[in-house]
Amino acid sequence: MIERMPDRGGPQQPLLIARGLTKHFPLSKSLMRRREVVQAVDNIDFSVMKGETLGIVGESGCGKSTASRLIMQLIEPTSGEVIFDGESIGRSGLSLKKYRRQVQMVFQDSYSSLNPRLTIEESISYAPMVHGVPKSKAISRTHELLEAVGLAPSQYARRYPHELSGGQRQRINIARALALHPRLIVLDEPVSALDKSVEAQVLNLLIDLKKQFDLTYIFISHDLNVVEHVADRVLVMYLGKIAEIGPVDSLFSDPAHPYTQALLDSRPSMDPSRRRTEPPLFGDPPNPINPPSGCRFRTRCRKAWGLCAEQPPPFHQIKPNHSASCHAVALEAERVSE
Amino acid sequence: MNMASPATAASPTPLVRARDLCVSFATPRATVNAVNGVNLDLAQGESLCILGESGSGKSVTLRALMRLNPPKRTVVTGELNVANQDVMQMTQAQLSQYRGPVVSMIFQEPLSALDPVFTIGHQIAEAIVRHEGISRKAARARALSLLELVQIPSAARRLGAYPHELSGGLRQRAMIAMALSCNPRLLLADEPTTALDATVQIQILLLLRKLQRELGMGVIFVTHDIGVASEVADRVAVMYGGRVVEEAPVEILIRSPRHPYTSGLLGATVHAGTRGTRLTTIPGAPPDLAELPAGCAFAPRCTRAEPGCHKAVPPLLEVTAGHHVRCPVVCPARIQAPINV
Repeated sequence: MIERMPDRGGPQQPLLIARGLTKHFPLSKSLMRRREVVQAVDNIDFSVMKGETLGIVGESGCGKSTASRLIMQLIEPTSGEVIFDGESIGRSGLSLKKYRRQVQMVFQDSYSSLNPRLTIEESISYAPMVHGVPKSKAISRTHELLEAVGLAPSQYARRYPHELSGGQRQRINIARALALHPRLIVLDEPVSALDKSVEAQVLNLLIDLKKQFDLTYIFISHDLNVVEHVADRVLVMYLGKIAEIGPVDSLFSDPAHPYTQALLDSRPSMDPSRRRTEPPLFGDPPNPINPPSGCRFRTRCRKAWGLCAEQPPPFHQIKPNHSASCHAVALEAERVSE
Repeated sequence: MNMASPATAASPTPLVRARDLCVSFATPRATVNAVNGVNLDLAQGESLCILGESGSGKSVTLRALMRLNPPKRTVVTGELNVANQDVMQMTQAQLSQYRGPVVSMIFQEPLSALDPVFTIGHQIAEAIVRHEGISRKAARARALSLLELVQIPSAARRLGAYPHELSGGLRQRAMIAMALSCNPRLLLADEPTTALDATVQIQILLLLRKLQRELGMGVIFVTHDIGVASEVADRVAVMYGGRVVEEAPVEILIRSPRHPYTSGLLGATVHAGTRGTRLTTIPGAPPDLAELPAGCAFAPRCTRAEPGCHKAVPPLLEVTAGHHVRCPVVCPARIQAPINV
């Protein structure tokens, strides 16, 4: 039977560290023109502590899904590395097979991430069998997992994905991710395709399972309300760069980066007597093929000035564990300290 | 924004009046009853949100208002009057005069709603030429002013752009321009911002609100997001299992929902302040529209259901002025007479 891999570095060692992670997708070569690349993720650094939930938010094209695929090693990074519990992944360190036993993923589209020709039972027991668990044991484990995600095995184990609703299928995907006793689960928009009443069920389930199985989550979403609900720390991405990172309370109550402020102000008011009157931002995010020079947000930023076009902004720490990458934030902090 | 309550019932001729609207689809396996007796009233210049989850019948209702459901497989019954015209009796020729100048629609996914092989300017001008018989050149000038109306930057250049060359937000603006091209009195919007990013969604919602006010159109929005309704709606109708289960002015619906489904839905919606608390959920799943229960469609999932709920569909009753609820448990019938007589 497969056991959970032991903790190596102790509680202070981050479970996962991304160091200088970069992914540039080349576009097809054209004559006369310089080879163009999409800078999907550009030199990002972050860590995930054991037992926490790190939320990653951002709009389409900000690189949050590419980042999740880099973490899972589903795509090769252009440069940079991922370190899991103190061990780098690849030839010299942790093998991919051992790594993926400890890190699993749940995708947004619950239907396309299940094999339509396998029953629920076969899908969930597949990975344990690949890792050498005898079939009978894998099946009994599958039934335990189905119970854990709230689906009666007698009723659902022999069904096919198309016979289930979206919410049920997402529960199956979560059960499958748990099958190898992982330590980290990457959830890429796990509730975005679900109706509100089902979304609440799945969010409650994810919070319960985290406690029950002692898990660490990376939770990727475009929905700030959902991230605020589940995350301990939040990372805001814009055009392949980290705009701001901090504890959820601090970041939501006191956002430093103008982009984070605009994202928060774009949420519907939920109160008809206090409707929004002015959109916080104009236009759409620019194309990541030729991102703006300097700070990538400057083309939509009200605070931008000359320096923002010249130099990429450094990370500036505002509070413990809370930093933003913005010239205006750095300047203001300088003024206050003087 | 003027939030004065719209005098729907008092208004002599509502822009939209639907009575007992039913839509069903015949499939080889079964008949799917998507909409089961919907009554709608909309005053000129009013904004109504139809709120519901997938399979609640909200989009089918919207399409029925424009008679867009596939004619061969769809059975539509009931009364439907829009701008004093009987939509149910219209011939194909009358329908093409109705769609555009009287009512038009914007869709969720502009990339699939716009024609990929023609420029934005061409597509907008086409509708104007077709309906108003003016010259291509004059129509193109109108198209330009429409793009300016929907706040597309460098509008003259965008006239020559193909849909794939625009960003998601600009595409949705272009589709709004096209929908407005024949000055409709009623604009239907089917999840117009669901496919958009948060910072773009709020721009489009504010634009629609502004256009509605300036042009005095009636607007019916379909959405699954109560947040969207809170930004744009005067009134909200909540649909479940093909019926309206609750209808109220937006501030009342958000502050004091009465129907167990509406309160469940609001309780399940994640918002600022739910952190650390357990979300209330609605157990179970929405009903199969091919086999609707005999009684209240929500009764099988309802924690407050009584034996009577499973027997007959409860009537929609008025609890306070303008607030209608279809639930015999929270508002017993003996207090109020049914409104839809």
